[in-house]
Amino acid sequence: METVLTTHFADERYRFIDTYRGFGGYEALRKAISMPRDAIVEEVRKANLRGRGGAGFPAGVKWGFLPKDMSRPRVLVVNADEGEPGTFKDRRIMSRAPHLLVEGLAIACYALTIHKAYIYIRGEFVREAGILDEAVSEAYASGFLGKDILGSGFDLDVTVHRGAGAYICGEETSTLNSLEGKRGWPRLKPPFPATIGAFGLPTIVNNVETLSDVPWIITHGGERFAALGCEKNGGTRLVGVSGPVQRPGIYELPADVNLRHVIYDVAGGLRDGKKLKAVIPGGSSTPVLRADEIDVNFDIESMAKLGTMAGTSGVIVIPEGTCMVRALRVLMNFYAHESCGQCTPCREGTGWLRKVVGRIEAGEGRPRDIELILDLCDNMMGRTICALADAAAMPAQSFLWKFREEFDRHIRDRKCPYGNRF
Amino acid sequence: MSVAFSDAGRKEFERLLARYPEKEAVILPALHLVQKEFGYVSDEAIVYIAGLLSVAPAQIEGVATFYTMYNRKPVGKYHVQVCRNLSCSLMGAEHLIGHLSRKLGIEPGETTPDGKFTLSEVECLGSCGTAPVMQVNDEYHENLTEESIDAVLDGLP
Ligand SMILES: Cc1cc2nc3c(=O)[nH]c(=O)nc-3n(C[C@H](O)[C@H](O)[C@H](O)COP(=O)(O)O)c2cc1C
Ligand code: SF4
Ligand code: FES
Repeated sequence: METVLTTHFADERYRFIDTYRGFGGYEALRKAISMPRDAIVEEVRKANLRGRGGAGFPAGVKWGFLPKDMSRPRVLVVNADEGEPGTFKDRRIMSRAPHLLVEGLAIACYALTIHKAYIYIRGEFVREAGILDEAVSEAYASGFLGKDILGSGFDLDVTVHRGAGAYICGEETSTLNSLEGKRGWPRLKPPFPATIGAFGLPTIVNNVETLSDVPWIITHGGERFAALGCEKNGGTRLVGVSGPVQRPGIYELPADVNLRHVIYDVAGGLRDGKKLKAVIPGGSSTPVLRADEIDVNFDIESMAKLGTMAGTSGVIVIPEGTCMVRALRVLMNFYAHESCGQCTPCREGTGWLRKVVGRIEAGEGRPRDIELILDLCDNMMGRTICALADAAAMPAQSFLWKFREEFDRHIRDRKCPYGNRF
Repeated sequence: MSVAFSDAGRKEFERLLARYPEKEAVILPALHLVQKEFGYVSDEAIVYIAGLLSVAPAQIEGVATFYTMYNRKPVGKYHVQVCRNLSCSLMGAEHLIGHLSRKLGIEPGETTPDGKFTLSEVECLGSCGTAPVMQVNDEYHENLTEESIDAVLDGLP
């Protein structure tokens, strides 16, 4: 299979600019600055590159939202906050191939006439932030960043900015507030970042993986990238598999790869002869699937048809013998902890979900608790400033819909049949 | 107690200021710097940063308390942070947290009496494929077992 990102990941020196250039690195940037700016955006559009941060918005379309009026400078913010449970792909790119990201963001900035980019990286990734800092310095020293890049007259300044521990800061408007030195409270939209973003300026926010795909697209053309995936989802995806499988890890696979194939062939199936019970396909916020539902392709449309999402392509494999109430309780703790508290339905709703799921797990559930959870979810969805409330409600609903009998049994027997453990 | 950056810290602070169009954007990096130099973000440090940036201390405090990585109280020499989210739980994190608790003689959230270790449970560290995972100060330790935890902690000076 043709790979876009991981081709040279095994080479430990790939993260240094000499090795990266030895494999043709920064030739895409050289090519891009010889192209008309619109033609670069057109290639990305043709590539059917969907945002890899979770929402799947077409990158080329997003780039078109910047105002035509060039009187205000524009900003690019790279979203490297990677915090969605089950997701660990951007970290891999940044540690193995930081120059893919740097080259990709430089091409994007050139195409969109952006002279200032920030890489917002989650605070815990100290090592990766150091690797990025080093890659950025190397790129400056080689003339790929800074003033008059490759003699084109184009200037670009890049700053690596560390977050400080808050999942919500991955939500793009929270990212912007955090970058500005504020609490990471999401902003009401509109205005969208493309109009008023970082420091009040028109801003494009893109995920690490999204931008890292751009050099290949420029080198090989948008159509070839599109052909690696399916109709509306171009290219490959870095699929992360976690949980008790034979070979957990990051795999670069076609955007429409089959989920069963990912789990049983790519990741080698479950360990210790365990059977599959459930799969959370695209990061913790995406609705859970039962073991009999995994014959589905990973593209955004096929997943949506099944009532779930490809999300961040972080596949969490749950084996038989796992208490689904306990698993949901872990997730509800997380969302309650991470809600920024601005919106009442989210602040109260995530707190209540934690409490009610917790008491069911503890054997203290009440007969009406299932209805209570579903009501709470209804009151959260689509009624808040950002999508975190939905991100908490979707797993709650889906766990109840798909594994209702386990919740009923906890309530009826007043105890956890799994002995309150994983 | 009054606090002030070392000369190197002060220089780094000035370098950071020049990187951003608005001085407030330096608050997060400055608080990281505070934590690096003083171990935690004290009230005095908040007043100090507020003074350097000419903003109200309450503004810095509001930011410092929003983010989990800023310790508002002193922590041990080694801050052991274990992921308790789903992928790690499926791979035995709860069991390992119990092991750490017994080994160090403290519950999550506590610090050993000698000030050497603080144990915390944290959310997903973005390393789910190599679960279970813990972070000791800045460093990740992955694919943890009881034995590997012992080897890491016993090897710390
Ligand atoms: C609660 C929440 C957390 C998010 N966390 C991240 C994240 O860590 N990284 C990321 O790239 N996008 C994250 N997103 C999605 C961003 O808001 C945004 O859609 C994305 O960065 C856009 O980039 P893309 O179009 O290239 O995917 C999050 C969204 C929500 C609602
Ligand atoms: S939905 Fe939740 S996380 Fe998002 S802004 Fe509202 S309270 Fe904050
Ligand atoms: S769940 Fe532990 S690192 Fe992601």
